[in-house]
Amino acid sequence: MRLRTIGARAGAMLLTLWLAGLAGALLVRLGPGFGIDEQELDPRLSPQSRAALRAAHQNERHIARFYVHSVARTLRGDLGVSQSLGRPVAELLRERFPVTLRTVALGLAVGWAAGLLLAVADHGARSAAIDLAAAALSGGLLCLPASLLALLFVFLGAPAALGIAALIAPRVFRYAHDLFLSAAASPHVLTAWARGLSAFPILVWHILPCVRAPLLALAGVSLNTAFTAAIPIEALCDSPGIGQLAWQAALARDLPLLVNLTLLVTAVTVVGNAVCGWKPAGSEAV
Amino acid sequence: MKRLLPLLVACALSLAGGEIPNGRELRACLRSQPKTFDPALVADDASETIRYLTGGVLIRVNRVTQALEPELAVSWKVSGGGRTIRFRLREGVAFSDGSPFTATDVAFTFQRLMSPEIHSPTADSFRSAPGAVRSAVENDHQVALTFPAPIAGLERLFDQVAIVRSGSNAVLGPFQVAENKPGAYIRLARNPHYWKKDAQGRRLPYVDSIRLDIQQNRQLELLKLERHQLDLVSALDPEQFQELSTALPGWARDAGPALEPEVLWFNQVARAPIAEYRKAWFRSANFRRAISEAIHRDDLCRLVFHGHARPAVGPVSPANRFWCNARLKPHPYDPVSAAHRLAQDGFHKDGESLRDRDGRVVEFSLITNSGNRARERMAALIQSDLRAIGIRLNVVTLDFPSLIERITRSFDYEASLLGMINTDLDPNSQMNVWLSSADQHQWNPNQKTPATPWEAEIDRLMRLQASTLENEKRRTYFDRVQEIAREQEPFIYLIYKDTLVAVSPALRNVQPSVLRPELLWNAEWLWLAQ
Amino acid sequence: MIRVRLARCVLALIFMAALAADVLAPRPYDAQFRDSPDARPSRQFLLGTDELGRDRFSRLLYGTRLSLLLAPAAAALATSLSALVGLAAAASGRWGERGVLAITDLVLSLPWLFLLLAVRALLPLNLAPLVSVVITFALLGLLGWAPAARVLHAGIRALRQSDFVLHARASGCRSSRLMAVHILPNLVPLLRAQFWILVPAFLLTEANLGLLGLGVSEPLPSWGNLLRELENVSAVPSRPWLLVPVVLLIVVVGCLHLAFPGEERAA
Repeated sequence: MRLRTIGARAGAMLLTLWLAGLAGALLVRLGPGFGIDEQELDPRLSPQSRAALRAAHQNERHIARFYVHSVARTLRGDLGVSQSLGRPVAELLRERFPVTLRTVALGLAVGWAAGLLLAVADHGARSAAIDLAAAALSGGLLCLPASLLALLFVFLGAPAALGIAALIAPRVFRYAHDLFLSAAASPHVLTAWARGLSAFPILVWHILPCVRAPLLALAGVSLNTAFTAAIPIEALCDSPGIGQLAWQAALARDLPLLVNLTLLVTAVTVVGNAVCGWKPAGSEAV
Repeated sequence: MKRLLPLLVACALSLAGGEIPNGRELRACLRSQPKTFDPALVADDASETIRYLTGGVLIRVNRVTQALEPELAVSWKVSGGGRTIRFRLREGVAFSDGSPFTATDVAFTFQRLMSPEIHSPTADSFRSAPGAVRSAVENDHQVALTFPAPIAGLERLFDQVAIVRSGSNAVLGPFQVAENKPGAYIRLARNPHYWKKDAQGRRLPYVDSIRLDIQQNRQLELLKLERHQLDLVSALDPEQFQELSTALPGWARDAGPALEPEVLWFNQVARAPIAEYRKAWFRSANFRRAISEAIHRDDLCRLVFHGHARPAVGPVSPANRFWCNARLKPHPYDPVSAAHRLAQDGFHKDGESLRDRDGRVVEFSLITNSGNRARERMAALIQSDLRAIGIRLNVVTLDFPSLIERITRSFDYEASLLGMINTDLDPNSQMNVWLSSADQHQWNPNQKTPATPWEAEIDRLMRLQASTLENEKRRTYFDRVQEIAREQEPFIYLIYKDTLVAVSPALRNVQPSVLRPELLWNAEWLWLAQ
Repeated sequence: MIRVRLARCVLALIFMAALAADVLAPRPYDAQFRDSPDARPSRQFLLGTDELGRDRFSRLLYGTRLSLLLAPAAAALATSLSALVGLAAAASGRWGERGVLAITDLVLSLPWLFLLLAVRALLPLNLAPLVSVVITFALLGLLGWAPAARVLHAGIRALRQSDFVLHARASGCRSSRLMAVHILPNLVPLLRAQFWILVPAFLLTEANLGLLGLGVSEPLPSWGNLLRELENVSAVPSRPWLLVPVVLLIVVVGCLHLAFPGEERAA
């Protein structure tokens, strides 16, 4: 039964991946500027060369055929060749994924730690001044573009990953703050207060279990948010990760690269959400 | 020798001051990862910089004097009505792997460059007509190349052709690629067999290596420069220039007007999916001249470029000393004259709005590429200038591929604001722009027959200059093309922006140029003082 | 309570000032005083001028009007959609739930930039800037529901196991009534958090979309294109008045947080 469940979930994930790749390919193919090369504006190019540039994208025009061939190649371990960079996609991803992984991991770790700490401090202190300060800090961070913050951090000699942390922390704070507040009004928590328990045990034993599920879901979503935020941050800070690659690929309408990047982001999102949303057997309500 | 004199003098002076060129690494940035290291396929700026620094060429265009200089060829002769060029090659030259450079390498390079599967601006510059290029190796140091048709300005084109050896990555230029970390940096190490030596017999280049960081973000590039992590920046924007002039006085330099003008043009394509009445407006020379006169070019130079630009008059900037028609002057800002011209075409003011003879409000859109702050500001200024004469301009910024699609494929646009690409001094490289049948004839490409008498005249003049070998005669023809362009305004030339660069005071022998690579064109002579 | 009242007053003040921009702005937002480009704040120009000589204070007022109306509207749309999707997932059977969540993951992962580019390409070039920006914010609202839907769904799943929900189901409460009366009110903290996050997120997205030609076009000001002036980070120390739009945005977002505090109880 358990194996069947795992198998069903794995199948669902693969189907999602497949659909994501197809939908991504469709969006790129049908978007404006597909098949266009900046080189076409060079007046020195002959009409034959311009025709050759246009022909280079010919096999991508029929999107279904392109995608079927793409999937077949992927199953053989060949992710295709990037049109704009002229290099195998697998090689590009192998070079750049670790850079982004480090950036995202650091950004998520610092962001979650900061957001949760702020929410816990705000909840525990029960002070209007601290509440105001926390709201101002998190509101301020939300109002500044993450990429600009990352640039500022780079200017100051800090890692650009703190830009991701600055994006994640206020979101975590806001959700956690409102969830703590809502859970604090529950009867069992009020009872615990009435019985004289202090703030920290109440938070750990009575509030956190109530809010665990939405916080875990937020963790899954924040993984996707962090990867998406890595694109403008790496592009602006010139960090050689997949974010920078995605930005260049989007500007160049590089279909093989964009499809693979979409698959990568989808895989991260799906696996992340699956892990964060996993429930032990028998924990479903009747 | 005469052309090398300024460099040698500078060298001598610095050496006389007790400074001796030592090794060390020169640090600069590239704006993007080079797409190729194959010199025959170069089509982007970053790849071209690498080619320039690593490739040995037969003839070099001096970026400051704009004159031709012998490099791997000590002399050459054009004959056969411009179809054949015979080179006498420099002796005792070796590739970076020590193998000797001979005429066979030149023949191989051209056979490969001219092969049908090579599509690049370099290759296409030599393709004056269908047919193969014949190479005749007369001996180890003499080779003749014969092209299917005459090529005007043939010698200059060899500046773009890096000679390669069959089956080898060895190079003939001052540097060779030593390390390539994609997305991060490229390190070029000195070529130990480089043929050039200084007056003291020291083998060039002076520096041991050049590190080129891949840096798209200009702010980060400037930050690195201010922190002395870079030695030069090839292209500053005007705000950065101002900032650097305050932070590090003496580092920022204005090299003068660049080659490329910023232009505005109207869509005159017959099959364009835009309203017919708008096409009628755009086809009127009076309308185009009126728009040109209504635009305050001085304000564009002052407000957008902080004075580091000048009003443009034609396709050739004053930086191009030989080909610029210096007699032509930009259209003055004259909204009164603009209104008068519009009135001649039946336009009239109705309150704040201008209407055409059929009572339609004169309104049209202007597309330009997003993310380019200078162009966005220029568009906003032009919008305000045209509002003063009652024209409503809608500025639409588009990402570059979407914009190119509209101006080259769908023709679904009304007016466009972009820069011209002008990497070559010789107007022959602009044949595809000026010939009415060409696909780069932006305002109305691929015409079966010229749509207007003046376009027919331009076709005739461009063909004449392409088939003539005497530069003075060619200049006469092209001067007339520039005059017609100024009268008819198919392109409304707005400004030539200046080339703004930054150089560390420790860098010796640097002479900023407006031709690429602006600061590295004499890289083998550059060195860093202690 | 004082805090709440103060926050609501400040919001109301800003809102009214923005609505009255036509009256309060000392000059048109597109008027170019070309003899005073990049001027410092003065009596004549309260916040100085931009590089084209346009009065920054006037542009801020008009930009506030546009952004203050559209960003919360788009955030409300996205929040409502996320609630609908979260509830739909919870109300469906097991396979329906998995399907909805898979679609949510898809929406989270796809490069929607190309859809936005395609929409821009389909719109006529001579479109009023205001219409173009309304469409942009509407699209952001229609696409921005996915992150919250996941979080809401997790919240609903936890609520489904609450005593009061079990009681309601045991009493024969229909699914739809269960969702509307018992579950939805308890989602208000999450919905509020989501709304509060989305307002500045959409404003910043509008600024970023300007880099791709999808933002507000000239000469219309918006918080997004005013914030783009901060891209030149090194210029900010010598021109601190460039931070005024950011400060205003922080004040608005902060007041939104304080003006609607979470004091609800579980049903």
